[in-house]
Amino acid sequence: MRMPDLTALLTATAVFTSAFAFTAQAGEVHVLNWKGYGADEPWAVEAFEKATGNKVINDFFNSEQEMLTKIRTNPGLYDVVMINAAFNDQAMAEKLIQPIDTSKLPNYADISKDKAGSPMLDHDGKVYGVPWVWGLTALAINEKSFDKAPTSIAEMWDPAHKGRVVIRDDAVEAVQFGAIATGQNINDIKDMDAVKTKLTSLMPQIKTFWSSENDWNQMVASNQIDIGTYWSGSADRAKTHFKLPVSLVIPQEGAVAWLDAFSIPVGSKNVGGAEAFINYMIDPKFYVEWVTKVGAPVSANTKAVEALPEDAFNRKVMGDPEVAKRIQFQAPITDAQREVYLALWQQLKVDVK
Amino acid sequence: MAAHGAVAARGGLRKALPLLAPAYLWLTVAIFLPLSAMVFFSFMTDLPLTGKPWAFTLGNYAAFFSQSLYLTLLLASLRLGLEVTLWCIVIGYPAAYVLAKVLKGRSREAIFLLVILPFWSNGLVRIFSWAMVLREGGILDTALNAVLPFKINIDLMYSYPAVIIGLVHSYVPYMVLTCYLTLQAIDDSLIEAGRSLGASRLQVLKRVIIPLSMPGLVAGAALIFVPVVGSFMEPRILGGRTGTFYGTVIEDQFVAVFNWPLGAALSFILLAVVLVILAVASPVLRRAT
Repeated sequence: MRMPDLTALLTATAVFTSAFAFTAQAGEVHVLNWKGYGADEPWAVEAFEKATGNKVINDFFNSEQEMLTKIRTNPGLYDVVMINAAFNDQAMAEKLIQPIDTSKLPNYADISKDKAGSPMLDHDGKVYGVPWVWGLTALAINEKSFDKAPTSIAEMWDPAHKGRVVIRDDAVEAVQFGAIATGQNINDIKDMDAVKTKLTSLMPQIKTFWSSENDWNQMVASNQIDIGTYWSGSADRAKTHFKLPVSLVIPQEGAVAWLDAFSIPVGSKNVGGAEAFINYMIDPKFYVEWVTKVGAPVSANTKAVEALPEDAFNRKVMGDPEVAKRIQFQAPITDAQREVYLALWQQLKVDVK
Repeated sequence: MAAHGAVAARGGLRKALPLLAPAYLWLTVAIFLPLSAMVFFSFMTDLPLTGKPWAFTLGNYAAFFSQSLYLTLLLASLRLGLEVTLWCIVIGYPAAYVLAKVLKGRSREAIFLLVILPFWSNGLVRIFSWAMVLREGGILDTALNAVLPFKINIDLMYSYPAVIIGLVHSYVPYMVLTCYLTLQAIDDSLIEAGRSLGASRLQVLKRVIIPLSMPGLVAGAALIFVPVVGSFMEPRILGGRTGTFYGTVIEDQFVAVFNWPLGAALSFILLAVVLVILAVASPVLRRAT
């Protein structure tokens, strides 16, 4: 058997569970995104379907790697996929996503220039990702455990919180958090040993490693934790939607910022529907409703942020130039770096057993 | 005579073929093909799926031996498997005995239903309900403090015991069912004969009942030990910061870093270790039966 045939056969075998998945039909927009992250809000889906006649079918992923696997193994199934800007490069290089004709998206013109012109999303003058929302991986606190909100990342190491601290079970996030705690650039970590030492001393403080918003919110609801790493949009949702005593802290040492964007996979059978959906997702009307009803990160659309009330967290705090100075945007990470981070993270988790 | 027998056997096989075909087709498509693909992946540097160049390597297997991390976790997982199996025997065997020899009729059916019930609920639901019971201020904590005159603090959630409790709950029905089948097959007159010849209840248990029900115990233990060693969901949800095991590391390789070759290699090392353990244990156990 010739090698390409063998490869093809094995590929087919490995993915055979998903190979027989339904093929997309025109008039349907298949969206791949995190669960509970805007695109699957029932009111939003209904409004979009009524306005355009397209039917929205949501599918979800639990990690960026799973998202990439899903588009790799289901070519032609998805029309819209939400990709963290740091992964856009990899998706483009693997020819998983196609250039987007932004002239078909009326709202694209209102996207802030620094986001729309991000080198992570634009390659060779072509746009491979439409910036949607951005946010922070910062700290969040259980308001019941603090009289006054802390300002420093060092609070995580305070012995008073022993056994009541959480951190996400994610090697990249953990290592970048360690970089901030040791005063380093998250995209160019020079002193890995310092990060390791710092994280090693954090491990005995940890109650558990969270992996979903639901984990975090349940632990606060049952008053089991004081402080932990959390995403800004999730903290907002915990407060607005679930009425939990959660507030976000952007430590003076800084925080990790990320940018989420929408892309159209290669082989999409409904590019027109995909463009309409992305345009709807960056529309101010959808954004304001999302923030008010559910809680959300910060829109990349300047008009959408301006449509929020003046004192809204996403406008007042996240739009504060002082905050902008402290945060560091995540750049793409190579597979080799990711392996190193994972090895370090696994070693830390084994050592604490 | 022999030729006639062979012809008959061949005829029997031909007749049995339509009955066997679905099972064999299913095994080939659903187990053999993906598993051989995984064996193949475990010797590769990269997946062909990503479109990157790849080559054959033994590096993924070497990775296991180059870092103490994997061995430490494998030993921890084997210990977890042994402990869970032991607790399943301690809890499941007496229950199976009562079901097989003491209860009759309606009450047996009712108890049987209770044993099988966990099978009918989703595994994840079971684990999350344990999370509600075990945490501080959870159902167990509140109930005990309501009854007891003194204050105790029960927070088993996110600990090693929580993982054991969750896994034992999930797997104890296997032990009850396999032991029930062998215990029920023991002729009551053998027990009566032992008793009438002067054996104490304990002697009857040791000399008659346990040896005769050994096949059930062994089958149950194997059914439980193997999946528990590779378990990842229960440790991850219930174990907190102590919840890192060999299974969770394999899961990370598949889900978090998309390193299927290393994940596959680690899985096959686990498979090999488990097979060696079963092979070493089987003559000992066979002698015991």
